[in-house]
Amino acid sequence: MLFKVEARQEPSRKMALAAPLIATGLTVVISSLFFLSLGLNPFVTLYTFFVQPLTTMNGISEWLLKASPLILIACGLAVAFRANVWNIGAEGQLIMGAIAAAGVGLFSPFQESIFLLPLMVVCGMLAGAAWAAIPAFLKARMNTNEILVTLMLTYVATLILSYLVHGPWRDPDGFNFPQTALLPYAGMFEVFDYSYRLNTSIFFTVVAVILAWLFMERSFLGYKMAVGGVAPAAARFAGFKSSSSIWVGLLVSGATAGLAGMTEVSGPLGQLSSQISPGYGFAAIIVAFIGRLNAFGIVLGGLLLSLLYLGGETVQLSLGLPSSIALIFQGMLLFFLLASNFLINFRIRAIAVRAH
Amino acid sequence: MTPRLQLRGISKSYPGVLANDDISLSVLPGEIHAVLGENGAGKSTLMKIIYGATPADGGQILCDGREVPEHGPAVSRELGIEMVYQHFALFESITVVENIALSMPGRMDLKGLAVKVREVSEKYGLPIDPDRLVLSLSVGERQRVEIVRCLLRQPKLLILDEPTSVLTPQAVRKLFETLRKLSDEGCSILYISHKLDEVRELCHSATVLRGGRVTGETDPRTTTSADLARMMVGSDLPEMLLQPSELSTAPLLSVDNLNMASESHVGTSLTSIRLEAYGGEIVGIAGVSGNGQGELAAAISGERIASAAEDIVLEGRPVGHLDAGRRRDLGLGFVPEERLGRGAVPPYELSENALLTAHRKGMVKHGMADRNKARDFTMQVIDKYSVKAHGPDAKAHGLSGGNLQKFIMGREIELSPKVLLVSQPTWGVDVGAAAYVRQTLIDLSRSGRAVIVISEELEELFEICDRLYVISNGALSQSLNRSETNVEEIGLLMAATGSRDQDAEQRAEDMKYAV
Repeated sequence: MLFKVEARQEPSRKMALAAPLIATGLTVVISSLFFLSLGLNPFVTLYTFFVQPLTTMNGISEWLLKASPLILIACGLAVAFRANVWNIGAEGQLIMGAIAAAGVGLFSPFQESIFLLPLMVVCGMLAGAAWAAIPAFLKARMNTNEILVTLMLTYVATLILSYLVHGPWRDPDGFNFPQTALLPYAGMFEVFDYSYRLNTSIFFTVVAVILAWLFMERSFLGYKMAVGGVAPAAARFAGFKSSSSIWVGLLVSGATAGLAGMTEVSGPLGQLSSQISPGYGFAAIIVAFIGRLNAFGIVLGGLLLSLLYLGGETVQLSLGLPSSIALIFQGMLLFFLLASNFLINFRIRAIAVRAH
Repeated sequence: MTPRLQLRGISKSYPGVLANDDISLSVLPGEIHAVLGENGAGKSTLMKIIYGATPADGGQILCDGREVPEHGPAVSRELGIEMVYQHFALFESITVVENIALSMPGRMDLKGLAVKVREVSEKYGLPIDPDRLVLSLSVGERQRVEIVRCLLRQPKLLILDEPTSVLTPQAVRKLFETLRKLSDEGCSILYISHKLDEVRELCHSATVLRGGRVTGETDPRTTTSADLARMMVGSDLPEMLLQPSELSTAPLLSVDNLNMASESHVGTSLTSIRLEAYGGEIVGIAGVSGNGQGELAAAISGERIASAAEDIVLEGRPVGHLDAGRRRDLGLGFVPEERLGRGAVPPYELSENALLTAHRKGMVKHGMADRNKARDFTMQVIDKYSVKAHGPDAKAHGLSGGNLQKFIMGREIELSPKVLLVSQPTWGVDVGAAAYVRQTLIDLSRSGRAVIVISEELEELFEICDRLYVISNGALSQSLNRSETNVEEIGLLMAATGSRDQDAEQRAEDMKYAV
């Protein structure tokens, strides 16, 4: 018996729905074996991973708080990825957005003004977009590889942040910790309840999801960019410019990443420090692909990844598992999810072997 | 001498096409035998039948005088028949020797095999390092790997499918040396090509195919290129279907002294192209494929932008500096030869594909695509151009070649272009749809538009064109009136400049010789 992988004529709708279920099933089975081999009760472990984090209000608040920047960034990335523009440096754009927003919040003359927060939003988005404009310019003019440039600029952004919080922007009253002073109250998003950290910046994410859906599924510019991604020769035939795809893709994804950075400093962080993101910019790439570059799929992907973060912490705290085990589990689920997407466009068929 | 390979009455049909019709040929040991023919003449099908990759519907295959009863690739290998495909089947991420080992029978012995690969590659002048990764190899080197893979089995008959289409002139020279050496050792070679000069230089005998039938068997060394070209494109031309028509006073499209360098080393550069098309006529561009047709189409359509605005003038307005979209805005329609991936986005629905160029018909409002309008437009095209599709949401890659061509032509014509450029209008299109497409082009020209048709099928051009140009080696001939020219003249123009490195003087020599 041999197996043959064949491209499907049309992507299978049934498989599109079944793929996440297959992936979840495989993860549950394999991880149960894995937990058993470690002497853990798989039911308890899986419950602790997936359900326990959501049993408290605080857990739900944290879940949404972490999902929000992931979804926001992934929406921007999906716009770029659909056009085959590979922005891998959302993390750097997030950091630049956070720096610009914090700079405005700390040093602008509008400390008490109600316009401080909107100004920070605008500056955060502009800074993220500006950071992404560098690879866009290099790609459109000199055809450099945007994967490399965006990735390397992430390290540059990290170093700029580190310089600022260790040097000129360090809080003089902060006991020499590498962090800035706290942002003024006018520069912070309102929380829904003082017991929890979830804040009003989540509305930006809701709006971003709707705008991303409209742009990708309904707008003509989104259509042009997608054609450039699926069939570049058809885009040339129609006269759609690839340089505008590069610019729009990078600027939009840079702006959303910058906004995500801004919502972090004006939300749960309240100040700049040398560690402002647990890798949201990179995790959002996974979210974009789990969501199959679809705005609503991205919402589910973001919620899932956020839950994995929380579940990882919960098993460490309540079961005393090492963090590496949580990471293995997360990796397994993501691997199966992305791998089973393969079945949407391909099928595996058994073929009979002819004897000679 | 017993022929190494003999075919008797081979036939093969696919739905709607007779790909091979009663084909017979024979190849002697050590003979280099050309199978000549235009795209779609049935060459590739015939080779697949010989190799056993496809069963024939009828006829006999004899190898060394014995009939091959149940054919298949495994049988071919036993008989010593090896094939180098046009598209290589190599894994990029592993080394040369590992690739070769995958196709060798028995236990894998990489070290021993590497030694053998070196020996064979040195013996036949095909330098190749067995330990290099395939992804680091150039196209020419990859082809060498494929050839070495075949030679390791000491074939008695080697089939090469358009081997030079991916090679530079220097690499072609080297390949020919290798092939001559093989032939001296007694290996027969079947050489599939449509390049006349190569066949005349290399091959001992030639079988010419057209429309699935054998149209000639000659010794290419003593046959003129003009005669070979005639066998390839046919001499029994149909009557023109055209009524004479009123031409516009000024040309709707004129190309003046257009030069464009080739994008890659296997492409053709365009030199001093001059061309005019008047409203009310169909202008044909004939030529053997690979002589710059693709480049010319891209230059006129605006997919590649010419150097100066004045090089291309549309209704008195210089457009050489504009992209394809802007030229379409000004009334230049284009139907490319590749329908999937260029004229249409394969996984998209027809209504989404309508948007590709017909968005300028009010389908975009405030930056948003109006899907209902796109659907209505698609329905209209489906009805008017009798496209067989289950509706506007049918995926482009689900349509047959003919129906997709009707859709794309319909879409472009509905934009009311002043000038329509069509490249290979009936490639891969069934007979009925082809007739429909041709009639549509005639009707369009008779309504006062200018139509330019690039085609490799001379019959087709003679059927529908008022005037013809011949493209060869990136240069365009003088304009020829359909009623005053003949196949001989066109064949000469196609053949005389068929070689890449011949200069103009030599071309003139050829002309004298042939006349």
